[in-house]
Amino acid sequence: MSEIEFLNWVRGPGFQIAIIIFIAGVIIRFAEILLLGRNKNLAEAKGSEMSSGLRTIVTRSIPDKETFRRSTFTLVAGYIFHIGLFVTIFLFAPHILMFKDIIGFGWPALPTPVVDAMAVVTIIALLAVLVHRMRDPVLKFLSTREDYLVWLVTIAPLITGYMAFHRIGTTAPTLLAIHILSVELLLIILPFTKLMHAFTIALSRWYGGAISGYRGVES
Amino acid sequence: MTNDSIKDKTLGEVMRSQGVSRRSFLKFCAATASMMAMSPAMIPKIAHALESARRPSVIWLSFQECTGCTESLTRAHTATLESLIFDYISLDYHHTLQAASGHAAEEARKAAMDENWGKYILVVDGSIPTLDMGYSTIAGISNLDMFIQTAAGAAVIISVGTCAAYGGIPHAYPNPTGAYSVYDIIKQYGKDQLDGISSATLAKVGKGSVANTPIISVPGCPPIPVVITGVLTHYLTFGTIPELDHLGRPKVFYGQSIHDRCYRRPFYDKGLFAETFDDEGAKKGWCLYKLGCKGPTTYNACATTKWNNGTSWPIEAGHPCLGCSEPDFWDGGGFYKALSMPTENITQTAIYTAAGAVAAGVALGAMNKSKKNDAVSAHSETTINDLEK
Amino acid sequence: MTEATIPVTGEIKFNIQFSNELTQNVKPLLHEIKHALDALIETGKTGIIDLRSIPLASGEEDKILNTLGQGEVLAQMNTLGLSEIVETQYAGVWLVTHYNDEGNIISRFIEITAMPEILCSQTEDILSAYSRITEILD
Repeated sequence: MSEIEFLNWVRGPGFQIAIIIFIAGVIIRFAEILLLGRNKNLAEAKGSEMSSGLRTIVTRSIPDKETFRRSTFTLVAGYIFHIGLFVTIFLFAPHILMFKDIIGFGWPALPTPVVDAMAVVTIIALLAVLVHRMRDPVLKFLSTREDYLVWLVTIAPLITGYMAFHRIGTTAPTLLAIHILSVELLLIILPFTKLMHAFTIALSRWYGGAISGYRGVES
Repeated sequence: MTNDSIKDKTLGEVMRSQGVSRRSFLKFCAATASMMAMSPAMIPKIAHALESARRPSVIWLSFQECTGCTESLTRAHTATLESLIFDYISLDYHHTLQAASGHAAEEARKAAMDENWGKYILVVDGSIPTLDMGYSTIAGISNLDMFIQTAAGAAVIISVGTCAAYGGIPHAYPNPTGAYSVYDIIKQYGKDQLDGISSATLAKVGKGSVANTPIISVPGCPPIPVVITGVLTHYLTFGTIPELDHLGRPKVFYGQSIHDRCYRRPFYDKGLFAETFDDEGAKKGWCLYKLGCKGPTTYNACATTKWNNGTSWPIEAGHPCLGCSEPDFWDGGGFYKALSMPTENITQTAIYTAAGAVAAGVALGAMNKSKKNDAVSAHSETTINDLEK
Repeated sequence: MTEATIPVTGEIKFNIQFSNELTQNVKPLLHEIKHALDALIETGKTGIIDLRSIPLASGEEDKILNTLGQGEVLAQMNTLGLSEIVETQYAGVWLVTHYNDEGNIISRFIEITAMPEILCSQTEDILSAYSRITEILD
């Protein structure tokens, strides 16, 4: 297989396979959560589920002082790499072209040097959270193999993307193909791991808030 | 075309006998160094090497091709200087350019081969069909037979054009003729994987001798004329093959991507793109990435060598690079699809998958509904096990 | 400095590029010339820049040539087509342009030297000249 054949495969059939697994995976996971559900709570409600649930979706984005003091690093690094991922995935011109090709519309991009800098910051933040995870005894104890896998498939597209943009290591077609392949790996793994939180975050926050609302306590 | 009187002279002697001064020769070498993207410091070395070079025999075979490569070569823009080289090489067989035809032409090829066995340069343009030997023949000889016979005595093989270098358009999906590149044919021959070679050829040609012949690929559709002559000049100058990349291309010409040498690169870096062929961005000369430019994955010398007497090149004329010097450029999902776009119809795939998955989800939910109803009527307690769901 | 000061023979102009922000290679190249001139002064080391090896948009080469301008020497060499060897307004910086028979530029160098090599009489040509003049006198 020549490098251009490899590139054509990841842009074509490879991408198709990844999209099928990704979409089917996400929908089935949602069906599992929404339709299988839990048994009906027969206890009497002491407050509103809906308003507490909706409020929690927003309030959980802002850490309270005590949480911030205890987990400053996790919160700051976490915010940085999440924003960084958003910028590099959704505001880089070639990526927007890809979305436009699939969903039919696009949006303005950030200047390439900004995205480039953001990618570096994101990579550093992700490396830092890994070091933190491995050095903190409690975090290390709690970490499973899945946590490391999830970290790897998240940082891989960033590193391969950075290398493809700056042409580091090998030829451009191979670098681009490896980058796309790493994204496909991410798409395939996402629905079946913790990465699913990208889709379920609102839902799970709502659920947490709703439980508290039902019990009439603050969430 | 053989000229016995100059056959054994060096290029320097030939030129001096024709009244070409050393100063003219230096000018020629300066142009050559510039053309071959060599450091100007190499000029004295080129001068010395070329002055003592001896006249080589060149056999040019055209297989499944469109003659575009020959058209390109005969328009080499440094014609006056290259004519020095071309007058100097002995082009013993080229069925488009030679005057002889039929048996006389084939005799010329055989004579050149016998006389220069092991020393001649074999230039190939076009890919070689392998499914049916009748798909392409010259003088009743199949392309495969003619290639193997001629390659056996070549000192070096130069694959001119994308078809000879990678299979090109004949090789594009679904490759109806089973077309292969020169490199693939040599490799398959070495492994004894080729059917259809005549027993006469097999009897004449040993396997090992062909497998070790160096191959220089000069891809492009067509290749830049001065790149073709540059490779020949390099071989004449140094008697060696130039440094090649992983696809067998000379690094001096194919060492950098179109994107890296593109004068529109600053616009890519700034994120300024032409969205259509006639918008404001196109008029301002912005980057053509969104219009499908394959510059980032294409290695060639167009950006600095340019075309038509150095006048312009596709991107300067406002058209994205097609990637013609890369393998399988014809199968890349469309010339006007940006590199970051998927080549298949992903929207359709996504919709079908979503529909299927939703249906499956609903079915599963329905199956579970009765279980939940049972739980309510039985007044069963929610246990820690339920939270695991 | 007007464009007419540098003779441009038969160059075909084809340019749909109107923007001012091009490759930004003009300034660095002029700086390179300055450094080469400095090296020539300090160590006597000559330098040579192949203009065709640098990605330039149409118009940028003219911009460089206009900045360098034309100095005191303009030599023409008539062999294998015309060649022009021009000392720019900065002594020690030469512009060497080779044309083919059809008047198209085949190569263009900026040389930083007291005297471009190609202007010097070549040993081989001097030897041949000696034998020719000897023939006449015999």
